[in-house]
Amino acid sequence: MSVRGTRALWAAILALGLAATAPLAQTVEGGAEDPRAATGGAQTLEDILARQRGEKIDDSFRRGEIGDPASAAGLAEQLGTLGGVSDPELWRALRYGEAAVTVSTSAPAAGVVIQDGGMRWLKFREGPLLIYGGYGLIAMIAVILLFFLLRGRIRIEGGRSGQTVRRFGAVERFGHWLMAGSFIVLAITGLMILFGRIALIPLFGKEAYAPLASAGKWAHNNLSWAFMVGLALVIVVWIGHNLPNRHDLVWLAKGGGLFSKGVHPPARKFNAGQKIVFWSVVVLGLSISLSGLSLLFPFELPMFAKTFVALNATGLPQLVGLGTLPEVLGPHQEMQLAQAWHAIVAFAFIAIIIAHIYLGSIGMEGAFDAVGSGEVDVQWAKEHHSLWYEEVTGAAPDHPPGAPAE
Amino acid sequence: MKVMLLAFLSAAAIAVAADFALDRAGFSAQEVTSGPAVRLD
Repeated sequence: MSVRGTRALWAAILALGLAATAPLAQTVEGGAEDPRAATGGAQTLEDILARQRGEKIDDSFRRGEIGDPASAAGLAEQLGTLGGVSDPELWRALRYGEAAVTVSTSAPAAGVVIQDGGMRWLKFREGPLLIYGGYGLIAMIAVILLFFLLRGRIRIEGGRSGQTVRRFGAVERFGHWLMAGSFIVLAITGLMILFGRIALIPLFGKEAYAPLASAGKWAHNNLSWAFMVGLALVIVVWIGHNLPNRHDLVWLAKGGGLFSKGVHPPARKFNAGQKIVFWSVVVLGLSISLSGLSLLFPFELPMFAKTFVALNATGLPQLVGLGTLPEVLGPHQEMQLAQAWHAIVAFAFIAIIIAHIYLGSIGMEGAFDAVGSGEVDVQWAKEHHSLWYEEVTGAAPDHPPGAPAE
Repeated sequence: MKVMLLAFLSAAAIAVAADFALDRAGFSAQEVTSGPAVRLD
């Protein structure tokens, strides 16, 4: 047979073969509708790769594959000692929290041996949380520095009068400093714990960082109570003075006089800027206290599943594109969310307080006296809280039109 | 300024008291995370 003849024969055989296998090929293609037909129902390479990329996969096809002790082979039979559960099935049961785990410790949630979400939380904690939180604080400091360079220290424009007026009583100052003192330590120790591994260990070494972290954790855990007492005190003594009024709009419209000299919008005991700080402290302070309590008593005070149920009912998460938030959470998920939320709120809180500390100290002449001695200069009071000054002294309104916040 | 110092001292006192009270109430981490089969001290 010539070469051409041989080729023709092979082509004919190939064509016949393809024709014969066509129905089989169709069957395979039809089976492709079930993506795991080729693996006999087990997960595919695509499933594994997607999971490793951190994508959410539908694992409903394997969650339930955890063996069946009820139909186990007898002990004397082949593989009977496995009890109807193979090793992969056992690990799957552990992974999906379906295994009947018995532990001798009475620690809450100690029976959870494997928790998938832990890696997502760890990546968030080591990545976006540190990066965005850290840059956020640096940005706030940069803005304040820029403000200081452009505006300088806000002086008492009329000069000190030498006479003072009582601005805050002892209880008010005590509440302020109880909260402020503990907050500063909480902020520093919190940042120490959060940034310890990437910032402090490379700087001091593990041996030096260990006692620092241990002391920081003790201070953070226990000073939280002083912060909560101070917060409660501050809310009680100042909430009545921080209700919005019509002067706030004028104050805000004039930027509180912060950005231009000679502008002093009238204000009562607290101006709109101070009210914003007050309500931020109330909201962020209560929120950080709740998540802090959840962290102080691990697994005892889960709050997020209940919060998500309430939030879902408002329709807000769905409106902003977050979808329906999970309403059933495992004990470790609750703790991870509490830690993440605690840190997010803390970054916002610290940023606001940095601005508050600046304006209450070097940023404005005479402002610190209000919480220092409790006595402020009369001229300062006239410029920054003219309506309050008139209220407490009965003085006739002779104030210039405006005043910035501390 | 005296009030400020008093507040700082109070914060420290509250912290020590909280640690002591929680420990006495059985909320120490080692007690919460151990079982009856564990001898702690």
